[in-house]
Order: sequence, then structure tokens, then C-alpha cells
Amino acid sequence: MEIPYTVEPRPDTGLFNAKVGIWLFLASEVMLFGALFSSYIMLRVGSDVWPHGMLNVPIGTLNTIVLITSSITVVMAWASLKLKAFGKFKLYQGCTVLLAMTFVIIKSYEYHDKFTHYFVRYSAGSEVKELTGHIEGSPMNWTLATLNNPTRPISEIRIHPDVASGEHGHDSGAAHPEVITVPTKQIKKLESFGPWHLTYLAIYFTLTGLHALHVIGGALVIGYFWGPGSRMWYSDPERFTNRVEVAGLFWHFVDLVWIFLFPVLYLL
Amino acid sequence: MSLKAFHILFICVSILLALGFGAWEIRAFAQAGATSDILLGVFSWAAGVALSFYLRRVIKKLKNISSL
Repeated sequence: MEIPYTVEPRPDTGLFNAKVGIWLFLASEVMLFGALFSSYIMLRVGSDVWPHGMLNVPIGTLNTIVLITSSITVVMAWASLKLKAFGKFKLYQGCTVLLAMTFVIIKSYEYHDKFTHYFVRYSAGSEVKELTGHIEGSPMNWTLATLNNPTRPISEIRIHPDVASGEHGHDSGAAHPEVITVPTKQIKKLESFGPWHLTYLAIYFTLTGLHALHVIGGALVIGYFWGPGSRMWYSDPERFTNRVEVAGLFWHFVDLVWIFLFPVLYLL
Repeated sequence: MSLKAFHILFICVSILLALGFGAWEIRAFAQAGATSDILLGVFSWAAGVALSFYLRRVIKKLKNISSL
């Protein structure tokens, strides 16, 4: 049985079916991300103080460059198929997958930096002090319970405190040369910069995590068309070209979401 | 909307981001004087200009492909 309208346009819509399908799907995605952006606005407007300079702007910029470049390669791949240049398609499509992987690796690095970055409240004599920084050895997501674990108690932690960060976060997370040793018994609170630490971080992880899942999903589809799925080129080239276009539309949507996420989370 | 039309829209938004981010970095440089700010600002504006040239090229090259 032949599936209708995979290549020729359907008379009532004027488009092949997959294109109508992807736009309907993207409309639902707009609602999903729109709801989260609205949540961000409501949380921010309702907050007395909103943190600035918590994220590394140069790294965010690098990821923006990676995604813009990937949108160019995905179009080049599709245009190559239109010009019947299958070899070039393979090259550009492969580049897109590599760029998607680069984005995810950079994002993982950013996440790792947040889960190894700590807020510590401790008593020093009669006063209570607070500081932020990285614990020596970069352990991930320690809590007070981790330090007081009866099977493996930790008597003290050595912290590299943050340099007072500039407003724009370029020095955020940079370590101060002077290490501070805090005995466990003096620590009142120990918390990594995960989504539980601040409302800002909660919305940051939600938005960027959902976006990263979309990047991974898109990369899998694009990778499939680069690899085993590309066999269709020899049996049904027009349908294959349409599939690549549809994947490209999804990829552009994912990139467009990042174009909004970057200024909202990193700059404003 | 075809991939061509969406790509053109995306590049237009990217140009706006590049120019806006460049301005944000220059403002940051004026306030704090960090070299990284001026470098990123200039780079961002250059990227915006480069994307504008790319946009012209794409419109020219893909003129025979439908925008639907």
C-alpha cells in the first residue's frame, strides 16, 4: 500500500503531509516553551531580587555560535539534496550531528560546573558566615548528610571561594587562590547550585534541560537520516529530501528557542 | 512555510541577537572595562555583519525554491 502525499502536495493544504504534521507539532512545542517562558516572567516579576551573573556568558555565546552554525549546515544538507549532490549532503548532515553533540557536551560542562559549585553557611566563633565556591576535588552535589554519612564521615571541606563576580558573570565561578578549610561540625548548610538552590536555577535547569532534550532528539533524527535512513535516497529521492526538510524545520525551531533562551537566561 | 523561509527568518533573528548582544557587551565594557567584554562585543557585531552577507547569499541562491 502506498502512503499518499509524501511527495506530491495534498490538494486541500497545498503541502505534503509531513510538512503539515511538523508544523502542527511545532505549534504544540510553541505552547510548551511559551508556558515555560511565561512561568519565567511570572517568577521574575514576582521576585524581590533576581540573581545576575551566575552563568558564564562566553560559554553561552560559544553554544549560540554552535547552534547558528548547525542551522546553516542543516540547510546546506537539504539544498545539496535539491541539487542531487548526495556526497555534499552527507558532509553537511554529519557536520550538523557533530555540532549538536558539541552543544550537548558544552551544556554538560555548564551543568557539571553548577553541581560542583556550593553555597556554605558555617559558624566561626560567635558569628555565622556564608560563602560560595568550589570544594576541593570537585565533588558533585554534596549535602550536609554526605559529610555526616556514618559509614564515610568527612571531617572537613576545603573550599576555593568565588572571586566577587562582575555584574555580567564573566568571573562567575572563578576560584580565589586562598583556600578556606571549614570543619564539618561548624557547617550549618551545604548546598550545590542545583535547581533546588534558587528559583532562578530551577527555571534555568527546566528550560535548558528541556531544550537539551530537544537537541538530543533532533540530533538522533538527523543522525538517522545521515546514516541508515539515507538509503531511501536511492529508492525515493524526493521523499527523502522532504524528510530531511522536515527534520531541518524541527532543528530550526530548536535553534530559535535557544536564540531566545540565551539573552533571557545569560544576559538579562 | 518551507525550510528556506524558516531559515531566512532564523538568520534575521540571529542578526538581531548578534547586534543586540554586541551592544550589551560594549555597554558592559563601558561599565567594567573588561577586555573580554570589548572582544565579545566586536566579535558579535562582526558576526552580525557576516550573517547579513550570508542572508543575502542564501536569498539569491535559493530563489528558485518555493517558500511554502
